Amino acid sequence: MTNEQLIREAAAKLGKKVYQGPGQKIPTFRRDLQKESCKVVSLEEAIRKSGLKDGMTISFHHHFRGGDKIVNMVVDKIAEMGIKGLTLAASSLSDVHAPLVGHIKNGVISKITTSGVRGELAEQISRGLMDEPVIFRSHGTRGAAVASGELHIDVAFLGAPSCDPLGNACGYSRSENAKSICGSLGYALPDARYADKVVILTDDLVPYPNTPNSISEHDVDYVVVVDSVGDSSKISSGAIRDSKNPRDILLARLAAKAIINSGYFKDGFSIQTGTGGAALAAVKFIRESMIEKGIKASYALGGITAHMVKLHEEGLIERLIDVQSFDKVAAESVKNDPAHKEVASYEYASGMEPGSAVHYLDIVILSALEVDVNFNANVLVGSDGIIRGAIGGHPDTAADSALSIVVCPLLRGRIPCIVDHVTTLITPGASVDVVITEYGTVVNPRRPEIAERLKAAGMKLVDMQYLRDCARKIIGEPAPIPFGDKVVGVVLGRDGSVQDVIRNVLK
Amino acid sequence: MMFIPGNNPGMMQDAYIYGPDSIMLDLEDSVTMAEKDAARLLVYNALKTVDYGNIERVVRINPLSTPYGKKDVEAVVKAGVDVIRMPKTETADEVRELEAEILKVEEEIGCVGRTQIMAAIESALGIVNAYQIASASSRMMGIALGAEDYTANLKTMRSNEGIELQLARETIVVAARAAGISCFDTVFSNLEDMEIFRKEVEFIKTLGFDGKSIINPRQIDVVNEVFTPTEKEIAKAQTIIAAIKEARQRGSGVISVNGKMVDRPVVIRAERIIALAVAAGVIPEEDAL
Repeated sequence: MTNEQLIREAAAKLGKKVYQGPGQKIPTFRRDLQKESCKVVSLEEAIRKSGLKDGMTISFHHHFRGGDKIVNMVVDKIAEMGIKGLTLAASSLSDVHAPLVGHIKNGVISKITTSGVRGELAEQISRGLMDEPVIFRSHGTRGAAVASGELHIDVAFLGAPSCDPLGNACGYSRSENAKSICGSLGYALPDARYADKVVILTDDLVPYPNTPNSISEHDVDYVVVVDSVGDSSKISSGAIRDSKNPRDILLARLAAKAIINSGYFKDGFSIQTGTGGAALAAVKFIRESMIEKGIKASYALGGITAHMVKLHEEGLIERLIDVQSFDKVAAESVKNDPAHKEVASYEYASGMEPGSAVHYLDIVILSALEVDVNFNANVLVGSDGIIRGAIGGHPDTAADSALSIVVCPLLRGRIPCIVDHVTTLITPGASVDVVITEYGTVVNPRRPEIAERLKAAGMKLVDMQYLRDCARKIIGEPAPIPFGDKVVGVVLGRDGSVQDVIRNVLK
Repeated sequence: MMFIPGNNPGMMQDAYIYGPDSIMLDLEDSVTMAEKDAARLLVYNALKTVDYGNIERVVRINPLSTPYGKKDVEAVVKAGVDVIRMPKTETADEVRELEAEILKVEEEIGCVGRTQIMAAIESALGIVNAYQIASASSRMMGIALGAEDYTANLKTMRSNEGIELQLARETIVVAARAAGISCFDTVFSNLEDMEIFRKEVEFIKTLGFDGKSIINPRQIDVVNEVFTPTEKEIAKAQTIIAAIKEARQRGSGVISVNGKMVDRPVVIRAERIIALAVAAGVIPEEDAL
């Protein structure tokens, strides 16, 4: 038998074709060839080619927070093309997304799933704008749901400050005249990996190869060049404040004191802070103590801020693990520092993955809109019943850290923050260890050893009922919120179960 | 002593949490004409309802010469204020006039002698009359310098070094000590420069002031740090007091500690250091000997 005969037989057995010789060489200079990449299309073409149809699910990340330009741009275009009944699966939504109200009314968007929502859109949803309730998940839970297929995404529209014609994308650009930067693309990574079709929108189309890259060309179907993906100056808006407020500083000092005396403040510890003014200010006090005692942290997790970058650069924190960069300094650091690692939301905080970073977190400082006498925390719905926040990683970090500290003033103006029952249950009390207020610190009775340590350090320990009574004494009995019977939001727990519902607010 | 505008309910409600030694709710310069009545009502209710714990409650009233002064006195005395601060005090007669007003209200509600007076001296004439003002009434608990009006009156302005306030500060300390009452230094309004603030607090402590007026809770820590005796000072004071006690038991009046003679002024200073340390909470009361 000839070799050719044996090749034909082998091909037949394997069900494959026989090699017919190489294709024709393309003689074009390779840099020029990139310009002809079939992936680079207009937004309208990308939407059409992605196969987006009525009733499908589209997704977005919120790394530009208040400066995001992608959601409104894409949904406007989809509306123009006449596609309707979509589910919008954003990692979070903010004030800037008020135009979605119109797209909900005209039927383009019929369902929303997100971590949070603020501003006009939030107010309208709270008043009953949508027929279907908004599904709220924590960041870790969303990542896990996307990975498991529970939250199936048909087309992901992901803004990226740089991308090459093949789809290798980053949250920053190495160009001299880069238009935008957002740092980590941690919330976009699950979508890029698991969505059926992935469209990258970029304001800086750079030559191949845009490496090291966050999103791989392997996952990307189309690349769309736009004027601007987002306003980088607004990535620190929305939730983040660097406070000079004396009450925040007082709370920060108490939080730092609790951490330093908790028993977890030792060489090699790991820490995450939320974005409240007090949490950020606490980092400054912790830093002083680290220097004084010669203690270094192994890693800081979460939303990374300039404060954490500074500690890392000073050698006080070995590694930064970053699911979202909270300011420009942090975003630049992701770009320049190999020890500053970008992670996907499921690697950050999934309750389903044994390896996610929160499992190895020692200390987390969080803020809250309300904490109740059973230590339950609410970070999503205001005391007026209007949705005004985001779950974020609150329940993820509180549940999986060794020590969770919630910093919460007793009162905000005339609103009591220590209450009988939280308006909406976001983080179950069993995962909240310490609550810090300006009127005293409370340790969850589940953690008597922490209470002993803080008492020995001279901290004023009180109980929840005392704080609740203090607040009532000052502001009196709050009027009940005029809730209706329509469910406008559903809060999913870390295990995917329905943990609470949000009712509509009557005018 | 922390200044709080009398028309700011949020700040009045929060004052307790920062732990100042005293708060001064202001009805005078931080309240506009249009809000005088509203602020008076607010301050009255704050005094009646907010639990300030051990914090001394001072209210700065409008001058009696204005249409608001007497109403202010009536409201705050009825609300049970600890101290009335009289602004722009220039003569002893003004103190006596205020005293008469307070007495009238106290008699009406049956609690004569409850309200104390602090006089703020804010002009050249006030400085010249400092001792007369300080000793004008048995209700006088202290005098304070108001530097902004004072420097305007002198036709100069405030400097970081405070050289323009030198005479006024020394006069106030001397007058207060001569009258046996307390003295408080003026506010420092640049919140950004904590280093210059600290230097000023150290300086006025050296001059002999009992405390500093502040306009923001962020300044409390600095004042407390400067005024809280160091461990070394406390240890030395305790040694002196222990030695003098022992000497008294032996019936001896004069002693020496570490080779230095300890006489009455040294003992008085040691006792003051211990009293400050107890007040600042750095040593427990039972260690005060």
